[in-house]
Amino acid sequence: MAEILVLVDHVDGEVKKVTLELLTIARRLGEPSAVFVGSGFDAAKDRLAEYGAAKVYVADAEELGSYLVAPVAEVLAKVAADSSAAAVLLPSGAEGKEIAGRLAIKIGSGLITDATDVVSDGGTFVAEQPVFGGSTIVKSKVATGTPIITVRPNSAAPEASSAAAERVDVTVELSDAAKAARITERVVEEKGERPDLSAAAIVVSGGRGVGSGEQFSVIEALADALGAAVGASRAVTDAGWYPHQHQVGQTGKTVSPQLYVAAGISGAIQHRAGMQTSKTIVAVNKDPEAPIFELVDFGVVGDLHQVLPVLTEEITKRKG
Amino acid sequence: MNIVVCVKQVPDTWSEKKLNPADNTLDRGATDPVMNEMDEYAVEEALRLQEASGGEVTVLCMGPESATETVRKALSMGADKAIHVLDDGLHGSDALATSLALSKALGTTSYDLVLLGSESSDARMSVIPAMLAERLGLPQLTFAKEVTVAADGGSVTIKRLTDEGYQVVEASLPAVVSVVEKINEPRYPSFKGIMAAKKKPVETLSLADLGVDGGDVGTAGASSAVESFETAPPRQAGTVVKDEGDGTVGAQKLVEFLAGKKFV
Ligand SMILES: Cc1cc2nc3c(=O)[nH]c(=O)nc-3n(C[C@H](O)[C@H](O)[C@H](O)COP(=O)(O)OP(=O)(O)OC[C@H]3O[C@@H](n4cnc5c(N)ncnc54)[C@H](O)[C@@H]3O)c2cc1C
Ligand SMILES: Nc1ncnc2c1ncn2[C@@H]1O[C@H](COP(=O)(O)O)[C@@H](O)[C@H]1O
Repeated sequence: MAEILVLVDHVDGEVKKVTLELLTIARRLGEPSAVFVGSGFDAAKDRLAEYGAAKVYVADAEELGSYLVAPVAEVLAKVAADSSAAAVLLPSGAEGKEIAGRLAIKIGSGLITDATDVVSDGGTFVAEQPVFGGSTIVKSKVATGTPIITVRPNSAAPEASSAAAERVDVTVELSDAAKAARITERVVEEKGERPDLSAAAIVVSGGRGVGSGEQFSVIEALADALGAAVGASRAVTDAGWYPHQHQVGQTGKTVSPQLYVAAGISGAIQHRAGMQTSKTIVAVNKDPEAPIFELVDFGVVGDLHQVLPVLTEEITKRKG
Repeated sequence: MNIVVCVKQVPDTWSEKKLNPADNTLDRGATDPVMNEMDEYAVEEALRLQEASGGEVTVLCMGPESATETVRKALSMGADKAIHVLDDGLHGSDALATSLALSKALGTTSYDLVLLGSESSDARMSVIPAMLAERLGLPQLTFAKEVTVAADGGSVTIKRLTDEGYQVVEASLPAVVSVVEKINEPRYPSFKGIMAAKKKPVETLSLADLGVDGGDVGTAGASSAVESFETAPPRQAGTVVKDEGDGTVGAQKLVEFLAGKKFV
């Protein structure tokens, strides 16, 4: 069976859930092989084995992490050529899409981004993409070369299926072009212990209506009661009330949780772009005309500072 | 320092149907094609860099005849001249083809910096900047919330927005830089700017001018194809309740809803 390459999303070997989702999808298409770039393979090995990676191509040269995006594309181009892979799957975040774009040019292949599923139709891979805010579902296939497909987080439920995760070392002589943009500093804006926004099953987001950074504790309290991740609108991140990495929307994260709670968010089109494929949408807003109400399954017209604390208490009581 | 700024014309999918405040009728003008919003920030950044270190700002746009509107808008904001890549053979181009045509067009001019928006609101792929860097063999500095060019004009440093926070990324010029909307506040074209734009040079280039084979772009060269599509069932209109003022009623009804869906 042909190999399907899956680019592992990880932090020092701590494998992100989207990778397990991609391995699950890859298994329906062929034999999943993981591509692991960076350090920490030993920590990642068991998870990759548990979710069905037969082989893991490991490129852990230190210099790979010193430059932006291009080195990973060079590693993938080499592995794709050496393994004659039938497809390459990457997580559909900003970086995954950029790697995919560069790879597409390197190996002369077609690219599909933001897929929510990939199936094999008699050996041809067909990707499903929601477009126009999820109102239309497009099925596309790659016509040239090795299909390169980026898949959104939360597109499949990870299914375990044990495999060897046999390590295959990859060495790549980086081109000068790949070393052109040097990363000189990484700043992590701490987000605490809550679930990861892109992968969370429930997201509670606050907007300008929350009023201030301090008052964002009402959002955090509800998120904690629900076991949810915290999101924010751009108005909030621009004002510095909450770090940018929590922004949901066009220039923030695209989330598609089981439940999205929008509190004090008007529902501007750029915000909707990041959340409108959520399964269930709930909003609290004091303006009955707020566009967010066009999207909701359940909405409360009211003051979030009145409603949320009572709601949090009630949920805690019921769970208690 | 010479800057080329890439702008795309997109259907105005963002502004949904709007009422015209003058007479409360449907504003049909609002659904006209417009400049991709994020590209306005790229134009603004180009103009600010030019104000600081001189040189010329050239607008580069690939799109049909109607895209001249978008080109004009960038010129009326203050860019000096424009290149419009216009050819019927480009219709239906995917990202590979678009990046090919843009890279060839860049080959016809000299520049120190290529500025782009980080995402177009119609394609939403966010890949053209990375693809251009790959094709041109230039450093890629994308998703910039801040751009600083060294005083000697030899290098550029950006703050790149990431999932965790930001990265500082550095490269020598020439380079490809894409920006996010946090970087600045785009100016509105002034009346003087709009008048001046009418006289600014716009060079129109065809595929033949660029030496691009028609088979590599457009529908003919598409490297991926839409098999079929279906319209998702419309969202069921939801229930909206009004809170009585102290939060209890709203919270109670909401918790019942959430319990019904097994979230609590
Ligand atoms: C290029 C570009 C990209 C963008 N990208 C994004 C993006 O990624 N994500 C994003 O979110 N935005 C984005 N925006 C901005 C977007 O257009 C909106 O400006 C933004 O989403 C508004 O945030 P908000 O809903 O919190 O604020 P507002 O629009 O000001 O809405 C606040 C809401 O809170 C309600 N409210 C006030 N007080 C209370 C209270 N006590 N209780 C209950 N409700 C209350 C009000 O009725 C109002 O509806 C982008 C814009 C541009 C131009
Ligand atoms: N046809 C085009 N002409 C000029 N610039 C473009 C074109 N398409 C995309 N771009 C640029 O590439 C950026 C990213 O677009 P995309 O990869 O399509 O999301 C846009 O913000 C533009 O700056």
